Amino acid sequence: MTLPSSASHLSTPKSKRGSGRPFARPYQAYLFLAPGLLLYLVFVFYPIINTARYSLFDWTGFSEPVYIGLENYTELFADNDFWKSIGNNFFFVTFYTILPILLALFLTALLTRSKLRGMSIYRTGLFIPQVMSSVVVGIIWRWLLGPTGPINEFLRLIGLGGLVQPWLGSFTYAPIAVGLVGTWYEYGLCMVLFIAGAQSIDQELYDAARIFGANAWQEFRYVTLPSLRPQILVAFVLTFIAAMRVFDMVFVLTGGGPGKQTYVTSLLIYEEAFQRNRAGYASAIAVVVTIIIIVVSLTVNYVQSRDGSQEVDI
Amino acid sequence: MSALSTRNRTWLTYALLTIFLIAAVAPFVGTFLTAFKDTRELSNGIFALPEQWQFDNFEDAWTGARFSTYFKSSVIVVVPVVVLSVILSTMSGFAFGMFRFPGQNVLLLLILLGLMVPFEAVIIPLWQLMGLLGLRNSYWALILPQVALSFAFGTFWMRSFFSSFPRELVDAAVVDGCNTWDVLWRILFPLSRPALLSLVVLLFMWTWNEFFLVLVMVTGDLRTLPVGLALLRGRYASDIPVMAAASLIVSLPVLILYFIFQRSFIRGMIAGAVKG
Repeated sequence: MTLPSSASHLSTPKSKRGSGRPFARPYQAYLFLAPGLLLYLVFVFYPIINTARYSLFDWTGFSEPVYIGLENYTELFADNDFWKSIGNNFFFVTFYTILPILLALFLTALLTRSKLRGMSIYRTGLFIPQVMSSVVVGIIWRWLLGPTGPINEFLRLIGLGGLVQPWLGSFTYAPIAVGLVGTWYEYGLCMVLFIAGAQSIDQELYDAARIFGANAWQEFRYVTLPSLRPQILVAFVLTFIAAMRVFDMVFVLTGGGPGKQTYVTSLLIYEEAFQRNRAGYASAIAVVVTIIIIVVSLTVNYVQSRDGSQEVDI
Repeated sequence: MSALSTRNRTWLTYALLTIFLIAAVAPFVGTFLTAFKDTRELSNGIFALPEQWQFDNFEDAWTGARFSTYFKSSVIVVVPVVVLSVILSTMSGFAFGMFRFPGQNVLLLLILLGLMVPFEAVIIPLWQLMGLLGLRNSYWALILPQVALSFAFGTFWMRSFFSSFPRELVDAAVVDGCNTWDVLWRILFPLSRPALLSLVVLLFMWTWNEFFLVLVMVTGDLRTLPVGLALLRGRYASDIPVMAAASLIVSLPVLILYFIFQRSFIRGMIAGAVKG
């Protein structure tokens, strides 16, 4: 399965079509497309345009919108809450994206050259967090990390009672605790991707590397790492977007607190729009976040298509 | 690392993999066990077996905390979303995969946008639009946007399936006098089972787990399971075993599907790299 994200999908696959004739009446395509496209235009595309438009208005969500140009944006860039929240999103990228990828790469470096058995059990188990509702994940970790939760109980049990913390209520530890829940949430995805990728690397590459006297690090650096490039890109996009969009988990774990220590942009959008009735201002935040997500997605798409259409499969 | 023989490295890998595997599932195992316990048993430790396997917590969650109501809402939303999205995406995937028509690439780009934008980017105008249509606080406010967004993913999914479909089969059917409608539903649709199955389980999971849209659009009994769980207040909210039972109720349908179709899930979520 090639990625739908790759640009190759945007050109019509001609090879399949060269000899076979397309259907005689191309206008029929519009009829097949119309019902879904209509819904899409009304409930996705039109709202996207409107979010961009509303970001230029002073608007409560109920009032008559007043055009104010780029004022929402100038206010935004002077708003401490905005910088704090987007800073937290990028702080979480460390935990959602970088840590899981490094962890998975470390594991993959160990297992190259060995054919592993029983991988389906590992794959099934490691991937479970990804299919769970993030609310459930949040509820479970809120309990585990609670003041009298199992993690603190465990610390007391092994004689490390001095380390006991109200993890999610602590100014210092809450961001790290929420981040580590993210690491826990994403590492399985990265491992599943990289292990599958590593298992399909041509063993002859390693033999060749060995003939040239490569040590284990050089094997990893010059064979494994380049071969895993497509998988690393996919893991990066998936986890980066998760970190930029995170809402459910923070909403349940800390509600953004204590103070604004774990506050993120999606919470800011939600509260500005639906609790403080500043829909225009919230739209401007949404525009900024969406642009970041789209730019990163498109950049990775570009890199993927430049690399050629490499298949990522498990 | 170089000091280790390949064999030892294999063992080390298995050991580490196993540790990571245990870390990934342990919280769920603990939750599962806790759901069958009495509150006073909590001090026995998270992985202690229940003294007696009892279902009181599930009853409390189901009736007392009203998870039966949220369950009903979840089903009412997820069924039409999956059915409608699959039908509409099959049709549009067919249009993009089998036809060549003016504006094709522009329309595809337009739909690609829907793969990239998060609900946060559309939620404010959607909320206003639903108000104008008088649909706010109704199941339609959940179903329609969810179908529209699923349509974007489904179109790309079915399109890549149809464009790799053996063209001769289609041509033969056309020669035999099938019209395009019959080609799609009588010939291609039954042969698309693997792609459709993946699409169904992915859309089911995304819709079942959706939180943000539901949080904004509806209140009270119309809330689906994740929102019901997150906003649970009152005495059950601090009752750990009841919360554990409620978490299981929310997770079970997706987990069952996952254990049956795990490859479909993993493939689809990786293929949807942009969907997020």
